[in-house]
Amino acid sequence: MMLDIKNLKVSFQNSKGSETEVLHGINLSINRGETLGIVGESGSGKSVLSLATIGLLPANAKITGEILFQGNNLLTMSEKQLCKLRGANIGLIFQEPMTALNPAMKVGKQIAESLRLHTKISRKEAQQAALQLLEMVKIPDAKRKMECYPHEMSGGQRQRVGIAIAIALKPDLLIADEPTTALDVTVQAEILDILDELVTELGIALILISHDLGVIARIADKTLVMYHGNEMEHGETADILRRPTHDYTKKLLAALPRRTRLDFDNVPFAQGELK
Amino acid sequence: MKRIPISLMIGGVITATLVIAAILSQFWTPVDPSQINIMHRLKAPGVEGLLGTDHFGRDSFSMIMAGAWVSLGVAFSAIALGGLAGTIIGVTAACKRGRFEAITMRIVDVLFAFPPVLSAILLAAILGAGATTTIVAIALFMIPVFTRITRSAALQIWARDYIQAACMAGKTNIQITLEHVIPNISSQIIVQVAIQTGLGILTEAGLSFLGLGIAPPTPSWGRMLADSQTYFSLAPHLVYVPGIAICLAVLGLNLLGDGLRDLTDPKRK
Amino acid sequence: MHCIAKPIAKSLSGLIITLLFVSFIIFLVMEAVPGDPAEIILGMSAQPDTLAALRSQLGLDRPFIERYLHWLTGLLSGDLGNSYTYSTSVAQLIVERLHVTLPLTGLAVMLSVLISLPLGVTASAKPNGIVDSFASAFSQIGIALPNFWIGLLLIIGIALTTGWFPAGGFPGWDNGFWPSLKALMLPSIALAIPQAAVLTRVTRAAVIEITNEDFVRTARAKGATPNYVLWHHVLPNALIPVVTMLGMQISVLIAGAILVENVFNLPGMGTLAYQALAQRDFIVIQNVVLFFAVVVIFINFLVDALYNILDPRLRIRR
Repeated sequence: MMLDIKNLKVSFQNSKGSETEVLHGINLSINRGETLGIVGESGSGKSVLSLATIGLLPANAKITGEILFQGNNLLTMSEKQLCKLRGANIGLIFQEPMTALNPAMKVGKQIAESLRLHTKISRKEAQQAALQLLEMVKIPDAKRKMECYPHEMSGGQRQRVGIAIAIALKPDLLIADEPTTALDVTVQAEILDILDELVTELGIALILISHDLGVIARIADKTLVMYHGNEMEHGETADILRRPTHDYTKKLLAALPRRTRLDFDNVPFAQGELK
Repeated sequence: MKRIPISLMIGGVITATLVIAAILSQFWTPVDPSQINIMHRLKAPGVEGLLGTDHFGRDSFSMIMAGAWVSLGVAFSAIALGGLAGTIIGVTAACKRGRFEAITMRIVDVLFAFPPVLSAILLAAILGAGATTTIVAIALFMIPVFTRITRSAALQIWARDYIQAACMAGKTNIQITLEHVIPNISSQIIVQVAIQTGLGILTEAGLSFLGLGIAPPTPSWGRMLADSQTYFSLAPHLVYVPGIAICLAVLGLNLLGDGLRDLTDPKRK
Repeated sequence: MHCIAKPIAKSLSGLIITLLFVSFIIFLVMEAVPGDPAEIILGMSAQPDTLAALRSQLGLDRPFIERYLHWLTGLLSGDLGNSYTYSTSVAQLIVERLHVTLPLTGLAVMLSVLISLPLGVTASAKPNGIVDSFASAFSQIGIALPNFWIGLLLIIGIALTTGWFPAGGFPGWDNGFWPSLKALMLPSIALAIPQAAVLTRVTRAAVIEITNEDFVRTARAKGATPNYVLWHHVLPNALIPVVTMLGMQISVLIAGAILVENVFNLPGMGTLAYQALAQRDFIVIQNVVLFFAVVVIFINFLVDALYNILDPRLRIRR
């Protein structure tokens, strides 16, 4: 297993000292070349789960359980070890393309920075690699875009930059936290396609977090349904979509547009066909 | 029920003490602050009077009380004048926009180039030193300060949806300014009045230190410090006492302003 | 490149208009000053015809606008006229005095930045920690301290007791670099403390605000260490409000310099203005006040320009 999370519980301590548990024991695992979708409404603990997986929860968080990444428990690692892991082995794509990039740094430099933090390459080589990455995420006119600041780009382009940053070092695991939520529907589809290609071409494991079951259905092999920090349902995406056992999952399904639902019913999809 | 911020309590107590001392000094002080008593000159605190005496044997404590009246009076009159003018200009600029706003803001920038000490020197050349010079000099600087603050606060209010609704309902710009803009920025203005009065006290002290402030024999904290320079080694308390008074007054008003901001602006908490 | 040049060109024309306006106001105010310069120079007992001769020599008999334009053209060529009381040109006086005031304020700015940046950054690392409590006490009290009083305290507490630094006076740079620097040390500390207090507050708030931004999390997710993120992502963005504050504080600094020079008896611009007022040397006052106002305006202009470099978002917005 590439990533194996066992009985993960996270609670936050507020300034008065009282604790609130936001994850009540999550179990999940994912292998190379797999896509795991995590679905749930806002506040269900999806983002906390993704931040915990990369070790970036704020200091007032209390975490128990195990997060085994390639057999090593992330929760017992030192900050120094985690820094080496982040970016190089685990990549993270954030939800808000508008605010996730440094407004005062050129886009090309922000991508190159990922590379230079982990490998000993020259500034020029890093720039070269960054340009290739921009082309890989299909940004038109990539050469000119290298010299742009984030505010000079559209939301979709910025999200592509975010992906380029996350995949710069070909991490083994990529976590995408609502990567398409802030984007137009057409751009959403393009971004999902890029992510899907990465999984097949680079053989990475992808955790795709979304509140939109339609997005999950599109590319996830397995799906985890979360509600209020609890695991509601966990299994093959096709099974969950066709035979939801849980009331909450049924509600999620019912909330989808009719057309999308019909697709699920009519297509006798096996796993591979979704891709 | 909101909890009262601690800074508001401390600031409130210090400011209240200051105001009471200032008002009280107009009716009663332990000793007449201008009463010269050469026999008891340069006495240490406790030896003669609560805070000692100066080079003329005047009672420091009484002078501090009377000085509070001058400091607060000058600072507050200046803030009232400059703040009122600045607020009117700022609110009007936000209301009218366009060329009017551009020109007024340019003029305000010009005023901002004259720190109170500079305008006081210019004014003193015409009017001579005195309370008027200090008040006008500080007030002139307060105009740009308040104009900038109220304008940007008012612009934020103008951008809100309910202003659009009020426009649709056929209200004139003046009505909207009076009914919506001013009530909504008033808490910010009050916070600034507290903080700027503190700065005003600091400036007044500086101007009287240079001899540009109120004329003797009326005591002022700044001139008490200026006089103390000659008697450093003989009577260091003459340096400490007025300085601590200034520092406490400014601190109190700043804390009061911070506390009021915490109380009225939940975002900053 | 032109996206930087254009707003600067625009504010440059604004700058010139502002400067003209300021000079006009100062000239107008000085016109209202009672008293006759010729009489100040020659004394009360001068003969009417010598007074008249001097007036026409000083150009006082010409119309207002003509005299204003004469002053302006003089300013451009560096000729500010001659002092009534000192027997030198005003320009030379100002240059001499700048040898004190410029290093004094420069040192003060340097000290305040050296105190406030590390303090503000350290304080922000652990909100409500020990350093943070100290920093907020320092900024709260420091803002309330009059700098001339700090000067007096430094004289009593350091100069008079240890003798490491002089309590006042200035030997002049020609009479030795170190003694001159030592003479400026205490005054610049007095100037720096209130400035540092303000800047500490701004730095702390800015660093805390930027640290919570999403892009800082992105950088951390890249595998950057907290220290790296601080230097490469947080500080460049946090400097924007800090520089703004520095620019806004310039007028406070000038006012402070006038006061502190007075305390330490330094022959700087502040003392020049102050003495000129006492001696009714109006041409000196007029030019010194203009000089200070120009400095304030110019620094604010520079801060605006610096903005454009620090914050690329502004380059388009204008």
